Amino acid sequence: MAAQKWSFKITPLRIILMLLAALAAVIAVYRLATGLSTVSNLNDNWPWGLWIGLDVLTGVALAGGGYSASLIIHILHVEKFKPLSRSAALTSLIGYLLVVAALFLEIGRWYNFWVPFVSWGYHSTLFEVFMCISLYTLVQIMEFSEILTERVLTFLHKPIVKIMPVLLILGTLLPFGHQASLGGLYLLQVGRLHPLWWTPLLPWLFLMSSFFVGPAMITIESSLSGRAFNHHIDKQILRSFIRISGYVMIAYLAIKIIDLIRLGVFGYIFEGSLESNMFLLEMIIGVIIPIIICFSPLSATKKGLITFGVFTTAGVVLNRMNVVFTGMYKALGSGYFPAWTEWAVSAGLIAGGILLYLFIVENFNILEYDKKYQTA
Amino acid sequence: MSKAVLVDLTKCIGCKSCQTSCKQWNDLPAIKPQFDNTLSYPAETDGYTYTTVLHRTTEKNGQETLRFAKRQCLHCLEPACASACFAKAIQKTPEGPVVYNPDLCVGCRYCMLACPFSIPKYDWESVFPQIVKCQFCFDREGTHDRIGHGMEPACVNACPTGCLKFGERDELLKEAWKRINKYSKYIKHVYGEKEAGGTSWLYIADVPFETFDFRTNVPNIPLSTYSHDYLKWSPAVFIGGGALLSALHFYTKRRNEIAKEKDKNHDINA
Repeated sequence: MAAQKWSFKITPLRIILMLLAALAAVIAVYRLATGLSTVSNLNDNWPWGLWIGLDVLTGVALAGGGYSASLIIHILHVEKFKPLSRSAALTSLIGYLLVVAALFLEIGRWYNFWVPFVSWGYHSTLFEVFMCISLYTLVQIMEFSEILTERVLTFLHKPIVKIMPVLLILGTLLPFGHQASLGGLYLLQVGRLHPLWWTPLLPWLFLMSSFFVGPAMITIESSLSGRAFNHHIDKQILRSFIRISGYVMIAYLAIKIIDLIRLGVFGYIFEGSLESNMFLLEMIIGVIIPIIICFSPLSATKKGLITFGVFTTAGVVLNRMNVVFTGMYKALGSGYFPAWTEWAVSAGLIAGGILLYLFIVENFNILEYDKKYQTA
Repeated sequence: MSKAVLVDLTKCIGCKSCQTSCKQWNDLPAIKPQFDNTLSYPAETDGYTYTTVLHRTTEKNGQETLRFAKRQCLHCLEPACASACFAKAIQKTPEGPVVYNPDLCVGCRYCMLACPFSIPKYDWESVFPQIVKCQFCFDREGTHDRIGHGMEPACVNACPTGCLKFGERDELLKEAWKRINKYSKYIKHVYGEKEAGGTSWLYIADVPFETFDFRTNVPNIPLSTYSHDYLKWSPAVFIGGGALLSALHFYTKRRNEIAKEKDKNHDINA
């Protein structure tokens, strides 16, 4: 093991990713040095834009694969899913690192980023988001160092293995706080966020969707890394894994419908407006079709599994974007469209994340570990 | 004990003395005005302006008429912006003003989104922008303080018509209703009495508040009620959830071990 060299294959795709990441890095430094108005189209009507909507709200939801996998594999000890554990944890960790980076670029007075650690605005939903995300990222780094210390700083390996149960429990618990609280941020938008999305249950709906998107993301990821690294997860394992999503989705759909009726806004679904169409799209793509795939023979095929993954993920992305943009558009006006520099930073962050994933997978025991469990 | 201002829009002549004196007292930069089709500038409070006077043409008794409304922070009794701030950079003072402290501000702009009246603004052009909003001339031990010295705010001091009246909130509220009940011209509504759980600035008018795009669908309870109703579950979720997850972790682990043992025994017996 010690003799193994560090490797990183260079391919044309990876060069493009590197260029994207480098461009984002340049814009990021420029933004930190000159302020927000030089690189973003944010304004007084739209104080939150693409970085919050896509990088933070959507990013955190999509990184939810980490905690749903952790709950199922490490807390409930469903052994058959163990082959999925390390790659799910890695994707989640990288996702959170990107979220933290995006948040740092987002805040206007970034040298004050540490203030909430000492000046506790505990009455704010954002405080819970901030504390949980910070702690969870730290916990994930510690969890992941179990894998890193197999190769570097090896003397730390044993103590880390010892405290793993604590880390795993914390690492499953904390996301319940911030996944829900990200929805809770929009509770204050009562009367402004369109009634198809605003509900006192918003935090719990965010929590559920972040949970069911986890297995969907893992399905996509394992199919991609399967192609790239010739590493295949058994279809049957994935199928029973997304079943868990399926059950949560059915509950989600039922709660959403009952809640719309309870609040007397069910009629908005069919009013034919931009909001209602986007809502229907979100529910059909992201919930109804995936449920059908999940509980039909379609999910026994590789294509069916990938379609499930893509549709579910697209639905959650759409849901978060609808809350941040579509649902707020009537209240805040049409005065915002992200600048190219905002897009470039978002794209570059994702590119950087993919590169990091590839590097770690090629140099640490991620997929091999999975294989070992699969053949055992 | 909480300070307030009563704004009687029937007495406003749109002279903008309040706007000018506010800029002067608070050392806010002057901007060259660019009027739209009304005489208000800026059209909304902005990163350089705590208060602005809106000019509107409206119909009253079949005749076109002009009406004016001063806009600024309403200094809610339970402000959504302060409840949203995760660093305590915005706080409601016992004296009444809702004040901003840039030293604690991270610049997340959640307060801007949280405010039901869209009041907090940002000085976007700065490298490290600050939140900009009316401080009610309260700046204890600072250079811009008036309330702390027992004076009325700069705008009230400058108002030549008595449109703005400074005092205790409960007394001003009584006065507002006295005026409404005495003169039939008034709309039967004190804007700020109940909006968002009540505000320290109270408005009465003889034209509907929609004339000035004042939001009339603001809930009559503090907006923080909604986030509090969610956040109150957090301690239970963390303590209960932590206990539950730990129990499950050890239970399922042990169960798997026992299952394995049984398998082994079974193999031996067979």
